[in-house]
Amino acid sequence: MAGPSRSVRSSSSRACEGALAIGPRSGDAPARPGRRETPATEVHRAIEAIWRIESARLIAGLARIVGDIGTAEELAQDALVAALEQWPAEGVPERPGAWLMGTAKHRAMDLVRRRKTLERKHEEIARNVERAEEGFGLDTAIYEEVGDDLLGLIFMACHPVLSKDARVALTLRVLGGLTTEEIARAFLVPVSTIGQRIVRAKRTLAEAHVRFEIPGGAERVARLASVLEVIYLIFNEGYSATSGNDLVRPALCEESLRLGRILAELTPNEPEVQGVVALMEIQASRLGARVGPSGEPVLLLEQDRARWDRLLIRRGLAALERAERLGGAMGPYALQAAIAACHARAATAGETDWTRIVALYDAVAQLAPSPVVELNRAVAVGMAFGPAAGLELVDALVAEPSLKSYHLLPAVRGDLLRKLGRTEEARAEFERAASLTENMPERELLHKRAAECAADRIAG
Amino acid sequence: MRVLIMAKEGNQTDAAAPPTPQAMAEYQKFDQELVKAGVVLESGRLHPSSQGKRVRFDGKKRTVIDGPFAESKELVAGYWLWQVRSIDEALEWLKRAPYDGGTFEIREVVEFEGM
Repeated sequence: MAGPSRSVRSSSSRACEGALAIGPRSGDAPARPGRRETPATEVHRAIEAIWRIESARLIAGLARIVGDIGTAEELAQDALVAALEQWPAEGVPERPGAWLMGTAKHRAMDLVRRRKTLERKHEEIARNVERAEEGFGLDTAIYEEVGDDLLGLIFMACHPVLSKDARVALTLRVLGGLTTEEIARAFLVPVSTIGQRIVRAKRTLAEAHVRFEIPGGAERVARLASVLEVIYLIFNEGYSATSGNDLVRPALCEESLRLGRILAELTPNEPEVQGVVALMEIQASRLGARVGPSGEPVLLLEQDRARWDRLLIRRGLAALERAERLGGAMGPYALQAAIAACHARAATAGETDWTRIVALYDAVAQLAPSPVVELNRAVAVGMAFGPAAGLELVDALVAEPSLKSYHLLPAVRGDLLRKLGRTEEARAEFERAASLTENMPERELLHKRAAECAADRIAG
Repeated sequence: MRVLIMAKEGNQTDAAAPPTPQAMAEYQKFDQELVKAGVVLESGRLHPSSQGKRVRFDGKKRTVIDGPFAESKELVAGYWLWQVRSIDEALEWLKRAPYDGGTFEIREVVEFEGM
């Protein structure tokens, strides 16, 4: 699609089909007629990709040495600048990750030594330097401890001392390797807002003296919950965008899934980590089916199940099985994954095991009671035991202050009322729901459903 | 984006020497690194082409051809399905693979049609 008039930067992904010469002049790349990408541009693209791969572990390794994310990120950026200066002339080194890590660690240790003389934090820092120097020198050794470093960085970026918004922005920045601009675009907020948020988050962590550590015991449970909350928040913003013209933003789903999968590898014995991954994999399997041809939402029970991604379903069910095998009572994420699995296993909407879904929602409501869970439970009850039973539960939620502006409450109520033949009330509920959502495709769907109710009345 | 990596390892006859334990260990280490980075969605190896079949379509006619197939350099011996953010990222990962021969092909999988 990229015509010859387009600039090199915007050329399609095909532009990098050719062998990227790595190392000092490793053979001649075959000439590509029509491909005018200069070697310098190729190297820049390579550096960008390498940065995406390496930045999180780079920042993690540095944060362990210097103790704070802000300084670690600066040092990592310095190494990136050095690469941008040197690699176009000298070629990309054979082990680019180790090169970046080596360059940054030298500077980090210089910094720590300087600090050491300035401040009087002898013990702790000396220990850190020693540990860092032990793992330094051999490329392979550098990577040995990366897992722990990465986990430490995840815990730090998702520290409960930070607001949810701050945790999300910082996580996407230091763990996802996203730029401030990319994060701002994903959340449809000004770049300066995200920039400020990240700066403030780093300051808050420093002021609260949050340490680079992997918490254990009871603290680990609370800290892990905070991490999972961040990952699932990012996923949800991608899965059901709260505002804007797109119903889903797959890039955010992909990013959160990647983080979840990494975390699941780092903490293979945490059932709730497996649970959140299972939940995301199964929900993501429906991404392609939940948006219609003109961008309109397609509700779960009306989706073309042939379009569900079997690979993601299989991965999700496997993760759920791992969560169950790890034993203990199932946590809220594993339970929600089990609910998602009920849908995934049903070949048609009519075959859904609603009774089991009600039981699973009962369990979620006991563990993590919330009006939203009650609302979901009411939907399942409506499906399992009839719309009247569902409506009774929904009506009990109408006075709930936290659901006052939640569009799905009137949407669900409208649906149940319509099934009961109370079409005028249903129409009013769908209209109210439409006025409460900021997401345009969703609003249109709700207007449409309201109109259908009106048509029901005329026809009836 | 999702990419399919097709491993065309070169000599794909039955007589080809099996990988040495050291080569296997290096490959597994690399695969683990990919899994830990959240890149691998699925992977697999294929039996030799001598056990494979081909079906050629010509109008209504179907011709079954038994393996082994001649063009040994083009034969796929294994595959990966990766989740990456760009073809460049896939390239950077692939270049780290511990192979000293063969050709590996990266192809983007079509997803979310109409989005």
